[in-house]
Amino acid sequence: MAYSDKVLDHVENPRNVGAFDKNDPTVATGMVGAPACGDVMKLQLKISDEGIIEDAKFKTYGCGSAIASSSLVTEWVKGKTLDQAAEIKNTDITAELELPPVKIHCSILAEDAIKAAIEDYKNKH
Amino acid sequence: MKYFALFSLPVDFNIDLELLNQAYLQLQKAVHPDKYAHKSSAEQLLAVQKSAQINDALHILKHPLKRAEYMLSERGIDIRAEQQTLQDPMFLMQQMELREELEDIKEANDPDAAISAFDKQIKKIDLDYHTQLKTLIAQTDIEQLHRTADVVRKLKFIYKLREELERVEDSLFDD
Repeated sequence: MAYSDKVLDHVENPRNVGAFDKNDPTVATGMVGAPACGDVMKLQLKISDEGIIEDAKFKTYGCGSAIASSSLVTEWVKGKTLDQAAEIKNTDITAELELPPVKIHCSILAEDAIKAAIEDYKNKH
Repeated sequence: MKYFALFSLPVDFNIDLELLNQAYLQLQKAVHPDKYAHKSSAEQLLAVQKSAQINDALHILKHPLKRAEYMLSERGIDIRAEQQTLQDPMFLMQQMELREELEDIKEANDPDAAISAFDKQIKKIDLDYHTQLKTLIAQTDIEQLHRTADVVRKLKFIYKLREELERVEDSLFDD
C-alpha cells in the first residue's frame, strides 16, 4: 500500500518518541491497542499546574499509519488544555495524514490514546 | 452454525481437526471439476461456487481464533470488523514490555537463546488465554460471551507478537 508523503515523513522522522516517568504526578499515560491489527500505542502528556500540555511523548508498535497518527498527535496536543486536546477527532488525523479507509482504525487508536491519557490524569488528581 | 453443519461436525470449539480434514476432502471430491466436465455451464459454475464455499469454511474452522470469532458472530457478537480499541492498561503494559523485549533480541549477545526464551514466554501466555477461551466459549449467556470476545481480542495481540517474533528470527537468519 502506498503511504502519503505526510505519513512517510512521520515514519522517517517520528516526533517526540520516548517516555516520561509514569509515576510522575504531572505525567498522564494513555495505553491503547487495536485488536484488529495487534498494534499497541502509549501516549504520555506532561501537564503544567495550569492544566496545559507542555510536552508529549509516544511509543507505538504498529504499522506506518499508527506511528504517523501518534507522532502527529504529540505535535498537536502541545500547548493545548486537556479539554482542547480531548476535542481532537480521529477524522482530523485521517484528513491530515490522508489515511485510506482501511487505516482509519490507526487514527481511532491515536484519538483514544489522548482520551485514555486524560482519563489517567483525572484519576491521578 | 452452518460451517460446522457443512462438515457434519458438532458445534464445538474443540474441533477434531482430523475429522474436519476428512470431511473437507470428501466434500471437495464431490464438487471436483472433473466430475462436472460434461455438465452444463450453470452446473459447473455452481460446483465452483460450492468448492469456494467449502474452502472458506475450512479456512475459518481450522484456525482457532477465526473459529472463535465465527462462533461469536453466529451468537450475535461480531468482532471481526470492529474498529474499537482495547483499553486494558495491565494487559497493554505487558504487551508494550514484550514488544520492547523483542526489539532488544536483535542486539542480544546470544540471539538464539533470547529467541527461545521469548518464545517460551509467549507460548505460556498463549496457552493461558487459549485455556480461558476453551472454557468460556462453551458458555452461552451474554455476559460470558462478552468475556469470550475480550479473550479473543487479547489473543489477537499474542498472535501478532508471534508474527513479529518470526520476523525477527527471519531477519537474524538472513544475516
